[in-house]
Amino acid sequence: MSGFHGSILPATKREKMASRAVQLSFVVALGGLWYFATNHWGVNPLLLPKPQLVFVELADILRSGEFWPDLVLTLSELGAAFAISLSLGLIIGFLVSLSPALVKVFEPLIAAVYAVPIILFLPLYVLFFGLGAPSKIALGATISFFPIVLNTIAGFISVEKVYVTAARSMGASPTMLVRYVLVPGAFPVILTGLRMGFTVALFSIIGSETIASLAGLGHRIVHLAEAMEMARMFAYIVFVIGIAATLNQLVSWLEKKGTSWR
Amino acid sequence: MAMTGPRPILSFMQKHPRWSQLLTLGLFFLAWEIAARFFVDKMFLSPPSRVYGEIGRVFGTKGVPDALWLTLFELSIAFAISVVIGLVIGLSVGLGTFARRSFMPIILLLYGIPQITILPLFILYFGIGAPSKIAFGVTHGMFPIILTIVAGVQNLKPVLMTSARSMGASRWHILRYVIFPHMIPSFFAGLRLGMTGVLLGVLLAELYVSTAGIGHFTSMFTQSFDPTRLLGLISVLAVMAIALNEMVRRAETHFSRWKS
Repeated sequence: MSGFHGSILPATKREKMASRAVQLSFVVALGGLWYFATNHWGVNPLLLPKPQLVFVELADILRSGEFWPDLVLTLSELGAAFAISLSLGLIIGFLVSLSPALVKVFEPLIAAVYAVPIILFLPLYVLFFGLGAPSKIALGATISFFPIVLNTIAGFISVEKVYVTAARSMGASPTMLVRYVLVPGAFPVILTGLRMGFTVALFSIIGSETIASLAGLGHRIVHLAEAMEMARMFAYIVFVIGIAATLNQLVSWLEKKGTSWR
Repeated sequence: MAMTGPRPILSFMQKHPRWSQLLTLGLFFLAWEIAARFFVDKMFLSPPSRVYGEIGRVFGTKGVPDALWLTLFELSIAFAISVVIGLVIGLSVGLGTFARRSFMPIILLLYGIPQITILPLFILYFGIGAPSKIAFGVTHGMFPIILTIVAGVQNLKPVLMTSARSMGASRWHILRYVIFPHMIPSFFAGLRLGMTGVLLGVLLAELYVSTAGIGHFTSMFTQSFDPTRLLGLISVLAVMAIALNEMVRRAETHFSRWKS
């Protein structure tokens, strides 16, 4: 704990190496613990499968391609949910931002509803739409609507009034105002909302598949858990985490690309 | 003068935002009431008046009050544990530069994992009772607390530390009189985010387990097409969540006053 007093000096090369070493040994220790606990210390394989078995199962899942139907279903649910929340969020956010009075009334209202855990709507949506894809799409769309609409409002009202006045005084039409002043000005904040919305939509769709569904990646994991096929279940968990990480990476990259042109 | 456009409405909103919000909510409930009474099948939607009027039937269902109390208990315990773990890990990682540089990437990596994928594991390890729900709530609640505490400690101006040290403050004195007071706003912001996480984790686990607790009743009411009781139960849970959120938010504004 030599750095207790919060050094403000940038990290030296040696310190960076030491940090990397700590991280690496943490991962190795965790892996080693898993290996020895399951292979030598007799941990019940129904609670924790052997890592090498998980690896074999993962290879089998990838080779056989049996994940495709579940993956395609989950991703199309995600696509549909995000399309709905994106269009509704952008349109409603833009309309609300048109007048300070509307912002004053509706922004706190929307933020207050967002404070309720929206996962509570899932039983309702299952009642309305059944156990299939529509209830997942509805939940994903509802949850991701909020960050998108709130960031859209925040983005448009953050555009400095000077620019709007200047554009108007130079004779810009309302369409030109939106196209050349408001949208470019609000874009970075809106993009952040879209990224947040995408991530929560992904998590909530996998979540609702886990809680009540007929198919999809979340359902597959539950199915394997109930069948006590632990190694294959762990392999699917690794697979889903990999998919989620890839998608999040992709969206962050798009966000960076979308803001870098400015 | 019927065609005056939206101007009068907007100026009313500008002058009376509270009233406008109440009116909006009123319109929403009115639309729901009309839709449920005249347009939507009774098997799927109940009017709000009926949900409110028959809320006693929800509490009268055998086992529902117990399940609600148990959920409240799980939420409190999970929140308390998240705060303790968050403080311990947040301070020990945040206070050391080396510890922060080494362990923050690991914490961020773990936080990025969609934890919902391992929910079935929690049930297998901890059973269908309260422990699994508390554990799942803790894993959702502790990360935001850790992150805000680390961020709060990091924001500490080095000049404060240096001057405290130059005046001969011991480690304990620095912790007690410099770090802790400085941390309070971010600590309470962390508590608020932690509460959101705990609510999500506990409710996810409650809904997942359909053989006991809240999840049992939501699936029972869904399968028997009883929207009145389903909406009633969900409303009670929503009120519980709003009350807990509001408590933490009040504490945050109360204890962060001195900074502004």
